[in-house]
Amino acid sequence: MSNGRVIVITSGKGGVGKTTTTANLGMALAAMGEKVALLDADIGLRNLDLVLGLENRIVYDIVDVVEERCKLRQALIKDKRQPDLVLLPAAQTRDKSAVNPDQMRKLIADLQEEGYRYILIDCPAGIEQGFKNATAGATEAIIVTNPEVSSVRDADRIVGLLEAAELRNPQLIVNRLRPKMVKNQEMMSVEDVQEILSIKLLGIVPDDEMIITSTNRGEPASLVETSRAGQAYRNIAKRIKGEDVPLMSMEETTGFFGKLKKLFAAG
Amino acid sequence: MALPTFLDKLFGRQDNSARSAAKDRLKLVLMHDRADIPAPMMEQMRAELMQVLSKYVEIDQTALEVSLERSEGTVALLANIPIKRVRPETAEA
Repeated sequence: MSNGRVIVITSGKGGVGKTTTTANLGMALAAMGEKVALLDADIGLRNLDLVLGLENRIVYDIVDVVEERCKLRQALIKDKRQPDLVLLPAAQTRDKSAVNPDQMRKLIADLQEEGYRYILIDCPAGIEQGFKNATAGATEAIIVTNPEVSSVRDADRIVGLLEAAELRNPQLIVNRLRPKMVKNQEMMSVEDVQEILSIKLLGIVPDDEMIITSTNRGEPASLVETSRAGQAYRNIAKRIKGEDVPLMSMEETTGFFGKLKKLFAAG
Repeated sequence: MALPTFLDKLFGRQDNSARSAAKDRLKLVLMHDRADIPAPMMEQMRAELMQVLSKYVEIDQTALEVSLERSEGTVALLANIPIKRVRPETAEA
């Protein structure tokens, strides 16, 4: 029997949307009935709890579990909106060396024993020890990038480093795409980014103000029916599960006919 | 579409949009990044190159230079190898 999926979400560059992606994909997978554990590996810069709206419920964290101050189950925070989703929060007052690769692998095995079929790891920015720890127990990788030069360059570096760590065939999420700018030749298109990185495209997430408002409230956009980015994340979650979902049209749809079209589009 | 733009398109000239600037610059810098050779590997390559070449020519070892150069959209390994003389036996071999 397979132990389920262990996916690290990484990018190299900071601020491209790793944590938002982890939160949204976790929510969407749980909404589809999967048992999901989200693991915040960004020790010292804890944020996944905040994006998920679970920051007030933290008692123990990942380092408490590793240093055996509590049981794994005590540190897991169950989401009230999605009972199939738990978060293992990062420690805020420690640094990246607080958990080593072996401890990470043990944690993941323990989570799998608890029955979590999807383990998503929110990787810290950078390529140093934190990256190595976060990728240690993963068997798959998702690279998040924005369609701009510095994050694509960093993504390319990450492809190489993942390969060196035996994590082959990473999949790409192009985040914060602005279709209007692409149309006006002001921004690289998804095809441009894909051509440069030549890795498999998992999905496209349009730039969406709703990400900011939903993050402000601690409610991931994938829970919001009307959010374009939320829809994109729900689609990506389906693709992760192996469903064949066509890429969302990036055309801005306005007006009655636009909305009507959107209603009937595959989304 | 303005005539110059149209002509540029027609003759496949590069447009100077921000989009293509990003793409072109990235392609170049990544070619460089990807071809970046770590110092110890470079040193080893240099030594082995010397070994092979020394079979045929006598090389001024102190003046030997091997480097990576980026030019005109390609990355090249440039070796400047001052030769003192050709070994006579290699003419036959």
